[in-house]
Amino acid sequence: MRGIVSEANNSEAFSEAKMSDVAVIGGGINGCALAYELAKKGVNATVFEKGYLGSGATGRCGGGIRQQFDTEDNIRLVMESVKIFEKMEKELGYDIEYDQGGYLVLAHSDEEKERFKKNVELQRSMGLGVNFLEKEEIKELCPILDVDGAKAVGATFCQTDGHANPFRVTEAYAKNAERLGAEIKTFTEVKGIKKEKRFEIITEKEKMFADVVVNAAGCYSKQIAEMVGVKLPNKPYRHEILATESLKPVLKPMIISFMDGIYFCQHKTGQIVGGIGNPDEPSGINTESSFWFLEKMASTITRYIPSFKNLNVLRQWAGMYDVTPDARPILGKTNVKNFFVVCGFSGHGFMVAPVTAKLMSELIVDGKTSMPIDNLSIERFKKGVIRKEGAVVG
Amino acid sequence: MDDETIVCRCEDITYQEVVDTVDEGYTTLDEIKRKLRCGMGPCQGRTCMRLIARIIKEKTGRHLDEILMPASRPPEKPVPLGIFASYEVGSKNARNCKRSEQFRSIFGGKDE
Repeated sequence: MRGIVSEANNSEAFSEAKMSDVAVIGGGINGCALAYELAKKGVNATVFEKGYLGSGATGRCGGGIRQQFDTEDNIRLVMESVKIFEKMEKELGYDIEYDQGGYLVLAHSDEEKERFKKNVELQRSMGLGVNFLEKEEIKELCPILDVDGAKAVGATFCQTDGHANPFRVTEAYAKNAERLGAEIKTFTEVKGIKKEKRFEIITEKEKMFADVVVNAAGCYSKQIAEMVGVKLPNKPYRHEILATESLKPVLKPMIISFMDGIYFCQHKTGQIVGGIGNPDEPSGINTESSFWFLEKMASTITRYIPSFKNLNVLRQWAGMYDVTPDARPILGKTNVKNFFVVCGFSGHGFMVAPVTAKLMSELIVDGKTSMPIDNLSIERFKKGVIRKEGAVVG
Repeated sequence: MDDETIVCRCEDITYQEVVDTVDEGYTTLDEIKRKLRCGMGPCQGRTCMRLIARIIKEKTGRHLDEILMPASRPPEKPVPLGIFASYEVGSKNARNCKRSEQFRSIFGGKDE
């Protein structure tokens, strides 16, 4: 990378044009965190965001941070991410409303119970503090939950899972990136990318040259990749979510169920925030709210916690999951030199962003990463056999 | 309005806090909503959004027509979860819930 930059600086052709070492497309959590990590390494990045920061999936997500996955790559990534989240308030100087209330993952059948026990075994072997709970233990841990109403027969619980405020985290990264020299352009949509000796980024307002381009455009990453001829297998899916009025702290852990597709927790500001997936949701970019969701969410959450029937819903909204064929992210190089992708998070972009940003900055600047990410390269889809992440909710 | 005037009653946000946020470079209602939580409380922005739009206008000189309101999120006003839960077609308590009947009489829809 430093080689590339110095070569660029020696060239005369573009000496008058605006230059950036790295153009990051997408001002969500991943784009902003990457700009910060690059800035820390002394590399100047420019972030292009078509709306305001976090206006895409980041600002629409539930803010959950979960390490309880069933593929090693995802477990390892979020475990590393949690280490960064734990120190983030100090490092970035922002209150990010981080709360390690834990994740309670409900099992509804003997088959699921067995699968969860295997997951716990794998997760524990990797050093994660996670336990399998029987019905009685669930009641003890979370008395407000109606275990029978939820039809739970067991659960796994990890205390270091939790949630944070996505707007605060994004802003914390963006402000610190700017402080270290990054440039962040909001309300600036990338209309095209030309690849010659360098990349030329075309927006409505201006053109800019960059040595390296990183595609962190969430559900638009497929379109951005096509601008340089890179094909991504990602598909966008709408996921809906709601927030209630605030109430005193009543719910410590995030509750999730893969069978019902539901997740919800209480944020530090007091409101209950959660969503539920629609298995029949067609692929496509759509942020409209549906009545189906409101009914389904309300009927399921009041079955889990009956006293919530008197709790007011304040608003519902929708955001996009950028989903890959194996529900794992795509990180790293592409067949176009110096065009990198950080996308396909399949609903988990917020929770892994701190570590993916760090790894990508290492890959771009040093050419190697401190943790292996080969399994997450785009090349894996060419091999045919893929190991799908099963622990996806919402 | 003086500095301590509450602009957003749901989240206790003062005039000065909004002014500082605009000075920081956040000049759209969407951004200020997410930065300060104005418009995320029980009134869903009915009280504060026009006041904040006026502050943005004063600070930036932009016309009020150019200051766009954030997307309106359903439901239009706070509604208990129990009402939507009992409305679900085929649910056990759909037939017994008076609230559900009231709700159907307003919005239509029928039981199984």
